[in-house]
Amino acid sequence: MTPATDPRLLLLNPADNCLVACRALPAGETLLIDGEPVTLPRPVAMAHKLARRALAVGDKVLRYGAVIGSVQRPIARGEHIHTNNLGSDYLPTYTLHDGSRYVLTQHD
Amino acid sequence: MPALAGFPRADGRKGIRNVVAVAYLVECAHFVAHEVTLAFRGEPVHLVGFPGCYPNAYADKMMRRLLTHPNVGAVLLVSLGCESFDKRGLEAEVAASGRPVHTLTIQERGGTRKTLAEGVEWVRWALAELDAQPRVPMRWDELIVATVCGGSDGTSGITANPAVGRAFDTLIARGAACIFEETGELVGCEFHMQRRAATPELGDEIVRCVAKAARYYETLGHGSFAPGNADGGLTTQEEKSLGAYAKSGDSPISGLIKPGDIPPTGGLYLLDVVPDGEVRFGFPNISDNAEIVELIACGAHLTLFTTGRGSVVGSAISPVIKVCANPDTYDRLADDMDVNAGRILHGAATLDEVGAEIVALVQDVGHGRETASESLGHREFILTYKAFEPIGPSCLPLSLPVSLPIRAMPSTQQATP
Repeated sequence: MTPATDPRLLLLNPADNCLVACRALPAGETLLIDGEPVTLPRPVAMAHKLARRALAVGDKVLRYGAVIGSVQRPIARGEHIHTNNLGSDYLPTYTLHDGSRYVLTQHD
Repeated sequence: MPALAGFPRADGRKGIRNVVAVAYLVECAHFVAHEVTLAFRGEPVHLVGFPGCYPNAYADKMMRRLLTHPNVGAVLLVSLGCESFDKRGLEAEVAASGRPVHTLTIQERGGTRKTLAEGVEWVRWALAELDAQPRVPMRWDELIVATVCGGSDGTSGITANPAVGRAFDTLIARGAACIFEETGELVGCEFHMQRRAATPELGDEIVRCVAKAARYYETLGHGSFAPGNADGGLTTQEEKSLGAYAKSGDSPISGLIKPGDIPPTGGLYLLDVVPDGEVRFGFPNISDNAEIVELIACGAHLTLFTTGRGSVVGSAISPVIKVCANPDTYDRLADDMDVNAGRILHGAATLDEVGAEIVALVQDVGHGRETASESLGHREFILTYKAFEPIGPSCLPLSLPVSLPIRAMPSTQQATP
């Protein structure tokens, strides 16, 4: 039997190394991922992704069993995966910096 | 109860709405055309048009397809008089389709007030004509359904989009044609789609068409990724693409079409919305309604619009069914939504159940039921400059491209109740 994962986290495909939050998760919350507990350092909004296991720079992140980009900074198990640590293999991602400026997300 | 109930047109197609379209042929005639429609608030009188004064083959084709769309019963053209739009050619094509059509040229009629009065009088007459037309039984294989997504977030790809994919599979099994689109939002899915193509040659065309989209967006310096997408939990273009791609379901891809091409058979079609040639006229589609208008020009009777962040738009000509992916958004914007797919996240429904709910709603709307955006009066419309080459010879492998505007009706397929 597969080790338990919190029902608030959705595994879209068995091959995936990320999980999707089914609802907003507060900071300090402890969740089981594949049977192992992890405590969230920061809140995670609904539909955002968490790392299912530790990921190194250059690793591909899989969702729907398909690649959604490459890891740009090391990601710990349970850490929020987003524009600060994951980059597209196709096109750059633009975000609104401070809600005011339209900027290219930088990965150095 | 028949599968659907529609208004028969001379070209053999049937419409699920009977709209009087009021069309301006240049921005300078927009105000007067709009004023005509304001006299008929709450009635099926819809404003469409093209703002440009310079000729454009794409806009010409789009207007011809839109004004001979099966949901359109009568057409009033409003011209300033000195614009370059081929209004006589357009008028002749609408007249040849068997629809009442009338052209008002503001410079000849004597200005705003006189044109407005004549326009209102003509639309009143046209509405009375259309009012006398009964609905007749319509088969599933006479229906064309489109899908778009707008205001996507991380829930779109896990609830509403795959639910629409299930609905597409059911509709296609019943004989309908279904269209998905926005190749710029399918960057990263090209090889998945290639494997689903009806022929290897079509698969190659699909890969080329996505490469064209990626190049086009690269030249412009932006993907189709908006800041709201990242706030909603999406990180990369390909992640958004895979979520959008889920709308297409699991059916084989029967063909690749361009704006204004009408699917010649039932089955699943991909609409290539990215212009051909050098980058001209700016972004391929400047907003969701530009995509909806192109799908309608392909003959779509209605559009399944999935949204996570919450879009409120409808459309002129063809109804929009809003499928809300995010349960929190649904709670905030319930009046604007038709389907709450977000309850899948709370374990309150399965993808199959929501897919079946969408098919049932398509059937009701095909019998005349108003969608949420229709009942609120939404009739958004936008059409701007673009340039396309005709589709390649491998794009419609299942049948020869028909000489439009007549859609070949497969006679062997049985309508499913």
